[in-house]
Amino acid sequence: MSTTYTKKQVAELIDGVLDWETVRRMLFMPKDPLRFSMYIEVLQERAKWEDKIVLPLAPHLYIVEDKNGDIVNKCDCGYVFGPYTENWKLNALIYVRDSVEKFNQVYPKLMSPDAEWQVYREYYCPECACQHDVEAPVPWYPVIHDFEPDIAEFYKWVGLKVPKGIAA
Amino acid sequence: MNKPESISGGSTTRKSILYNGKTLAQNRADMYNTSKETGHYDGLKELKLKKSDPITFEKIFSKLRAGVVNARETAKKIAASPIVEQEGELCFTLYNTAGDCVCTSTGIIIHVGTMGMCIKYMIENNWEEDPTVNPGDMFTNNDCQIGNVHPCDIATIVPIFHEGKLVAWVGGVTHVIDTGAAGPGSMSNGQVQRFGDGVQITCRKTGINDKPMRDWQHEVQRNVRTPKYWILDERTRIAGDHMIRDIVEEVIADVGVETFLQFTSEIIEDGRRGLVKRINDILIPGKYNTVAFVDVPYMHEDVHVPSPFAKVDTIMHAPCTITVKPEATWRLDFEGCSRWGWHTYNANPTAFTSGIWVMMTQTVVPTERINDGSLFASEFRLPKGTWTNPNDRRTAHADAWHFLVSSWSSLWRAVSRGYFSRGYLEEVNAGNSNPCNWMQGGGFNQEEEIHAVNSFETAACGTGACAMKDGLNHAAAIWNPEGDMGDCEIWELAEPLLYMGRAIKSNTGGYGKYRGGMGFETLRMVHNSADWCMFFMGNGYMNSDWGLHGGYPSATGYRFEAHNTGLHKRIAEGKSLPMGHDWNPDEPDYENHLEPGAIVKRDSQCITTEAIFENGDLYLNYLRGGPGFGDPLDRTIENIEKDLNDVVLLEEYAIKIYGAKFTKDAEGYYTVDADATRARQAEMRKERLSRGTPVKEWMKGERQNILDKKASVQVQQMFASSFELSQPFLDKFRAFWSLPSDWLVTEKELGVPAFGAKHHMDLSQMPDVKTVVLVEE
Repeated sequence: MSTTYTKKQVAELIDGVLDWETVRRMLFMPKDPLRFSMYIEVLQERAKWEDKIVLPLAPHLYIVEDKNGDIVNKCDCGYVFGPYTENWKLNALIYVRDSVEKFNQVYPKLMSPDAEWQVYREYYCPECACQHDVEAPVPWYPVIHDFEPDIAEFYKWVGLKVPKGIAA
Repeated sequence: MNKPESISGGSTTRKSILYNGKTLAQNRADMYNTSKETGHYDGLKELKLKKSDPITFEKIFSKLRAGVVNARETAKKIAASPIVEQEGELCFTLYNTAGDCVCTSTGIIIHVGTMGMCIKYMIENNWEEDPTVNPGDMFTNNDCQIGNVHPCDIATIVPIFHEGKLVAWVGGVTHVIDTGAAGPGSMSNGQVQRFGDGVQITCRKTGINDKPMRDWQHEVQRNVRTPKYWILDERTRIAGDHMIRDIVEEVIADVGVETFLQFTSEIIEDGRRGLVKRINDILIPGKYNTVAFVDVPYMHEDVHVPSPFAKVDTIMHAPCTITVKPEATWRLDFEGCSRWGWHTYNANPTAFTSGIWVMMTQTVVPTERINDGSLFASEFRLPKGTWTNPNDRRTAHADAWHFLVSSWSSLWRAVSRGYFSRGYLEEVNAGNSNPCNWMQGGGFNQEEEIHAVNSFETAACGTGACAMKDGLNHAAAIWNPEGDMGDCEIWELAEPLLYMGRAIKSNTGGYGKYRGGMGFETLRMVHNSADWCMFFMGNGYMNSDWGLHGGYPSATGYRFEAHNTGLHKRIAEGKSLPMGHDWNPDEPDYENHLEPGAIVKRDSQCITTEAIFENGDLYLNYLRGGPGFGDPLDRTIENIEKDLNDVVLLEEYAIKIYGAKFTKDAEGYYTVDADATRARQAEMRKERLSRGTPVKEWMKGERQNILDKKASVQVQQMFASSFELSQPFLDKFRAFWSLPSDWLVTEKELGVPAFGAKHHMDLSQMPDVKTVVLVEE
């Protein structure tokens, strides 16, 4: 058994304005298998570019199929972070909070990490300055490639045609 | 299935206590090996009972499940300890003859696995023959070397017989308030080895004919500080176990023993299939890479440990790759974790794998049907020698949760990436807080009795932000889905500590489009105690709870304690007192309400050992907030305004983080100017661009720092420890930073003691001990 929702409800979920009763139903009922398609549809309608959304990665970041059939990481603003198989962060701007003064811009001094132990790494889009991610590792830590989706397999799971540019 | 070796059956000279005529070990070996070979629990490719008679199948499940839940709810009223009675830190679980979980109650369901491991240990070590397993027996366990999380979780296991044959086991566990460890409190941290970790009970037969044995009771009660609580906790466990045994007997009378036994296998295969279905329904196949860190600042003068080799600053490292496979099973690989340490935060594989389900039942599998089937759909790799799987039998575990919850928070963040990508935004959780501080201590209480305290207010920390709403304030703990901060009045009965205030802690939730839930703070004044000590336990120099998709981590902890306060004099004279909020620790106010000469400690040292607290001294119990989701500049003006008016956001940080432009009227009500705020946010975006560096440029500088070995000793020690245990982690590190193939940092060159790194001795080397291994090592 599953529950179905309207595209309008999915759009409201994305906007954070969906009524709580429906959100609760979404939480405790079996998942609606059409959600992904509706989600993509809503996001696609809102996109400022023509590229086809393959998989949303973050509120302003997507894996898309561009007009050449290449699959890339792309920001809402249009900035391309490189092929989808690569870590988009490597093509971002970074700002490292690694001192008392820099941490104090975010939290009171006693509620911030000690830079001898931990740093915050903020990753911005080089064009629109969206903060796509914040890491909180120790110094020296390699940039984390958070998610490497198996898109080909996922598209099979949800019964969609695998984009050509996706490696099998 | 996991990949530990096949197991063999063993032998016994006694007549079989099973209907199938096998020894307990042979029975378990057959079930385990068949499961491994076929990929289906007990080889059940078909669920014949469920298919042929689904009504009976569901009736049995409902009756058993209701039975274990009811037993928990009823039995906990027997306990006097507020940890059990108020916080619900107990759990009852039914197992089949092989020790695999059939169904479990609500509560601290980590013990699905820990008690199961206890049963498996008894099976594999031939308890059947000696000390024998008979109707009316009780076995008690809290041994972390065979799977318990920490010694304060005491399990009472009762075998269930029908017509003289074993048909099931039932286990009940409670978190006791004290285990007689070196320091008072259930999760103390002054000790650095098992030998200071409190009373240790290894699957000991402690009851016959449904009664606890007198020698056991006399011995154990004098080994803990709080015997009253201990006795009532044991009665709680026994009562619950026996209630469940009655239910099992009723079910067998109703459906027959054959059907019952069939059910106890089929329900586990059903559980396995349930996890596979849920993974398929909600996640995305692929790899999720995540990591967590925890500070262990033991060099500080307020950390007193018995062994010089423990007096080092270290960092726990918990990288994990979750691989969701095409067939919708998953593998969790913790390659690269740091070594176990001389502290009480070590875990073991069962604590780890079983504990994960506490978290997963709040997210991936929020079902009452959780049982060991989930484990059979999962692969865990916990490298031997790491803090997840120590290779030494001396390790202490009293506060294993300190590391466990941090690593699980990162797992929650990781799977949330899958939920987000799939559009299930309602399931996203940036990852809950590391629930702390753990306020503990002991001495003589207000009733002039030897006493210990462990405040479970931390059961209500802030949750992580969701992708469509803020996190919940002071609401939950990752280790108990039914978290509750408890009533002040009850805590004041249990602890000689008066409440001077209890308030939401501003600025503790991580900022974001949706912010993390706020923690809270309680200021306690020591009152009517004698010879009293207290200590702190939590994160301070680091934060294990990162944000998600641009949200910030939650705030780190800090410590406030005050001695020689003169508060009794101030109370007598009617002077002002420190109460309620510690609004901004950078602008302290409590100090303005203490007498001259007061000694105040305000710093990031959130782990301390026993310190003397006199009556009138103060202790701030600050419970942490949850991390945020999304870019803070996406937060709505209305929500910023609400945060200000709800006093969960300090003005200074509304300006710094959200660019808020606001006014405050005479009554203290804030109004945020939307246009001016958006204009400021546009400037803030430009500031980001000007201060940002292309990552590949920044990497050159960081690489040089690595080559120059420019980092604190504790950071280098963490890497050295992981490198020594994991060539793959070292290889990846070198490859990422393009380091020379011989680049390395070692503990030896850092000059810190590394006891246990080269010389260690595992439990498996003990005579006549057969360990049970269920994970890849």
